[in-house]
Amino acid sequence: MTDENRAADLWREAAPRVLARLVRGYGSARFDLCEDAVQEALLDAHRQWPSGSPDDPLGWLTATARRRFVDRVRSDARRRDREERAARLHPPVHPEAAERDDSLLVLQLCCHPELPRAGRVALTLRAVAGLTTAQIAGVYQLPERTIAQRITRAKRALAATGRALPRPEHAAERLTSVLDVLYLMFTEAHHTTGGAPPRDADLAAEAIRLARSLRDSVPDSAEVAGLLALMLLTEARQPARIGPGGALRPLDEQDRSLWDRALIAEGTALVERVVAGAEPGPYLLQACIAALHAEAPDTDRTDWEEILVLYRLLESVTGHANPTITLNRIVAQAMVHGDAAGLAALDELAARSPGLPRLEAVRAHLLERSGRGEEAVAAYRRAIADAVGLAEQRHLRSRLRRLAPGDG
Amino acid sequence: MKYVIMMQVDPAVMENLTEEQQQRIGEGHGAFMSEIKESGEFVATQALADPSRSRVVRSGSDGPEVTDGPFAESKEYLGGFYLVDVENEARALELAKRIPDANVPGLALEVRPVLFADLGDG
Repeated sequence: MTDENRAADLWREAAPRVLARLVRGYGSARFDLCEDAVQEALLDAHRQWPSGSPDDPLGWLTATARRRFVDRVRSDARRRDREERAARLHPPVHPEAAERDDSLLVLQLCCHPELPRAGRVALTLRAVAGLTTAQIAGVYQLPERTIAQRITRAKRALAATGRALPRPEHAAERLTSVLDVLYLMFTEAHHTTGGAPPRDADLAAEAIRLARSLRDSVPDSAEVAGLLALMLLTEARQPARIGPGGALRPLDEQDRSLWDRALIAEGTALVERVVAGAEPGPYLLQACIAALHAEAPDTDRTDWEEILVLYRLLESVTGHANPTITLNRIVAQAMVHGDAAGLAALDELAARSPGLPRLEAVRAHLLERSGRGEEAVAAYRRAIADAVGLAEQRHLRSRLRRLAPGDG
Repeated sequence: MKYVIMMQVDPAVMENLTEEQQQRIGEGHGAFMSEIKESGEFVATQALADPSRSRVVRSGSDGPEVTDGPFAESKEYLGGFYLVDVENEARALELAKRIPDANVPGLALEVRPVLFADLGDG
């Protein structure tokens, strides 16, 4: 790692903590001004400390950001008197207190349930992960202005919620919102980068980094541990997920020797550490399932019975509201009770959730395995039409070609 | 999720618009663009020339061949498109309904999901 990278990492880690200090002091209604001030302080840092950093980077950044905040308030003529007095009267309180919670505080603000969903992710990536607007735009393949606008709107929505600082009684609800944003970020990473060349900002790595930092802040939460473990175990399979030519490789076709053993060991250990006595939440349950896949040498020697039990539990804790979980349960059901049982369950699900992504792909696979070639061909064609990504389409076409040469 | 909202244009319908209708459509597109830029859902928009200016390139006996005219003979043609990034299909349809063409009999909008995008800045 170069000095410049090290410095950039240092600043990125410091940014949310500095922001937290400002927000604690000036109130979350000033979140947008605070965030702008931190961005400016970071720019100052890049200019003044190109290859190194002051002895106390956090203190330096905090002081600079506070100065920038006061400058901004002062330059706003209409609100000058009132705001400046407020800024001077209420300097950031206890800057040294609750350091562990700083990143968490900013995360909770950025993932506030009242913000627009796309805005939550963009704001989190900028204010907590420290990515630039251009980097976020690159990750999502959107114009920089669109991302900038989402961030602006999110900050405005946050200012409008007024007293957005989380209160203890809302802790659980707010934590769920944070977990969902991080997981969304992670799954989008695998979706957007499927088959595309790597970009300079790796969304999956950011999501994992944020989940690690969240675990440091909330070490007792089994769901936080579950989310981190789920990410690690899923990321471990990434090298085997895309084959040559950019086609998606489903679990049963993956070369498991390509799986990242270190990530699997870490994820599995995390699950084992928290699972005993924990209330089974959705992320921990999914991590348990991922851990069972990770330790199996192949699809045939996988503990599908246990996986089926876990999926049923997952359906139950999520109120049977997520048809994708049910689809995954049906895959396990077919492995345990046979393809006929799986196909029957699929018919039921298709009636309830028409157009569900991947449903036709699962059906095609089960039909193919049952030797019902013609029906499988028709199902593969429907699955190709339903596919939500190019890599998935390529995979389905190659399966179709195997069944019906010349038709794919 | 990214969606393309394609504007299906019928030249006969366009010819019969009054000056006032045309102006209203133009203003409506302007307002629509401002609105989706403000909401952070805008990616791009393009208007396309008349299909009589199309050239079609397709494989021939000696490699690719160029011919005149539109790819498919039909009354309606692709007049242009909006590329948007929205929460879900319902939102994409909601946006399509706000495009002025949606209120002009004989014109139509086609909404389709995008599978892959590279805007060239990555």
